[in-house]
Amino acid sequence: MAGLELLSDQGYRVDGRRAGELRKIQARMGVFAQADGSAYIEQGNTKALAVVYGPHEIRGSRARALPDRALVNCQYSSATFSTGERKRRPHGDRKSCEMGLQLRQTFEAAILTQLHPRSQIDIYVLQADGGTYAACVNAATLAVLDAGIPMRDFVCACSAGFVDGTALADLSHVEEAAGGPQLALALLPASGQIALLEMDARLHEDHLERVLEAAAQAARDVHTLLDRVVRQHVREASILLGD
Amino acid sequence: MKETPLSNCERRFLLRAIEEKKRLDGRQTYDYRNIRISFGTDYGCCIVELGKTRVLGQVSCELVSPKLNRATEGILFFNLELSQMAAPAFEPGRQSDLLVKLNRLMERCLRNSKCIDTESLCVVAGEKVWQIRVDLHLLNHDGNIIDAASIAAIVALCHFRRPDVSVQGDEVTLYTPEERDPVPLSIHHMPICVSFAFFQQGTYLLVDPNEREERVMDGLLVIAMNKHREICTIQSSGGIMLLKDQVLRCSKIAGVKVAEITELILKALENDQKVRKEGGKFGFAESIANQRITAFKMEKAPIDTSDVEEKAEEIIAEAEPPSEVVSTPVLWTPGTAQIGEGVENSWGDLEDSEKEDDEGGGDQAIILDGIKMDTGVEVSDIGSQDSEEEEMIILEPDKNPKKIRTQTTSAKQEKAPSKKPVKRRKKKRAAN
Repeated sequence: MAGLELLSDQGYRVDGRRAGELRKIQARMGVFAQADGSAYIEQGNTKALAVVYGPHEIRGSRARALPDRALVNCQYSSATFSTGERKRRPHGDRKSCEMGLQLRQTFEAAILTQLHPRSQIDIYVLQADGGTYAACVNAATLAVLDAGIPMRDFVCACSAGFVDGTALADLSHVEEAAGGPQLALALLPASGQIALLEMDARLHEDHLERVLEAAAQAARDVHTLLDRVVRQHVREASILLGD
Repeated sequence: MKETPLSNCERRFLLRAIEEKKRLDGRQTYDYRNIRISFGTDYGCCIVELGKTRVLGQVSCELVSPKLNRATEGILFFNLELSQMAAPAFEPGRQSDLLVKLNRLMERCLRNSKCIDTESLCVVAGEKVWQIRVDLHLLNHDGNIIDAASIAAIVALCHFRRPDVSVQGDEVTLYTPEERDPVPLSIHHMPICVSFAFFQQGTYLLVDPNEREERVMDGLLVIAMNKHREICTIQSSGGIMLLKDQVLRCSKIAGVKVAEITELILKALENDQKVRKEGGKFGFAESIANQRITAFKMEKAPIDTSDVEEKAEEIIAEAEPPSEVVSTPVLWTPGTAQIGEGVENSWGDLEDSEKEDDEGGGDQAIILDGIKMDTGVEVSDIGSQDSEEEEMIILEPDKNPKKIRTQTTSAKQEKAPSKKPVKRRKKKRAAN
């Protein structure tokens, strides 16, 4: 789109945010009664739904059981109505498989799998609106917490980009489609460890640090929000239980 | 076939060596293996060898109608295949995870970074564009497929020539290579992937892991850069936890490596160009003679052996004398003795129950299914010709050899070397 300014002179982005601002995040835990854990998150227009089953016996081939750890299984599915044009194949295509793999690897690092040997934890994520990996990870974190599976720390993710010498945090669809560099980062906020780092499109090495820092800061902000959501949920649940 | 599992001692050995900053092939932590690039007779065909990892790349083109939402751009299609000859573990159905990962990485590295000018591939906007297809086949897997594949892809793309096309009004003329020389693709920059393997939760890292090192690594960080130090892709995989400064350090190392590799690629392309122009022989057939594509050459790792004697002397002098070998057996109970070190063998109990008659000491009543254990010692008559039974001879130096007839079906009847005061051998002979 010619003439679309991603960052105006006054420092405002297309949707009126500043460079380091996140989109509005709303989240709920315990959305489904059937599943062990579930969560729904809205980040701007991106909506992600995550469901967790487990830890339970390994289904399918017993041979895959690991003697000392749990097996984490993730599946990502993108709704057909999520992007501008209707998607034909929501799962099984390469992008979904890759997302599933990345989610799995992120959560294998974060979940304390040693506590549940020979079991399996399934994480299913459904995403509407071709948004980003970040919403999926945040939703999955909340769902895993809802299921009561022990984790090292929250896994908070956020995307970042780079336009006109400024690092932007939490890219919207328009900014992504513009084709500039995009970085997706999943962070464990307490220790600052990066669980997953993914970057596309060209970015000069000198700017890498700034973009990483912006993404890390945004992830920490997401963490504050998610933390609040979890505490709220626990409070509600304990009221219902009559404590 | 399933992959041969890595034994624990090999794993420990590799990890210990890495802790001491040593690699199996003698490289330093940031060293790449030798990269060799050879070209085929057709434009766009190349084989890249990274150590023993070999990837074949081939580029082809076709005129197609463009995608609806990108009417003025050509189409780039990448396909990486793990050929079954690359490793015994690669089977047609089994490799999906790795395959997806590698393919996506290749796509992101080469397509999203816009290394090829897709607008120049447009012939007639909205109707005809070039579709460039890059096929990569892994011929041998010795670790670090990503790097080799990315080098092969970019080399093949740089080497490729597409047929010339001219548009006059509504007429599109496609010239054959005989009529007009084919035209190279317009490539903006050359992104090359550099892999970093992490060990021990991120404490140690290695560049260009080979197959063994890949098996014991915790995770992999791939950074794709071009020689202008622009990062095209970063991907961390395997569940390692990284710190920000580790990533920054790796990107600096990658910058250096990519510059070296890019030089190598440009030189190889230049050489090939020269040979073709001068009418010399080119192609894979040429390389067969000097064993470039038909052999795996391992360069000698440079080791300094000048002071070997002194070092050996030192080590021998400081070492303790070897421990004494215990040759006398240790008698535990009558009929049970131990020679050498080691845990007590519980199979020795079976021996005791047989020797009840002799020693009167064995208390264990081990009833094995189907055993016809005559209480001890009788020499069974050779007359019975039960073919299922086997004879077992237990030799003792001070006694006559006893024959004990047992059935072969139960594995428990395999008598382990029992602890007799003297070594003896058990023979099993089929009853004849």
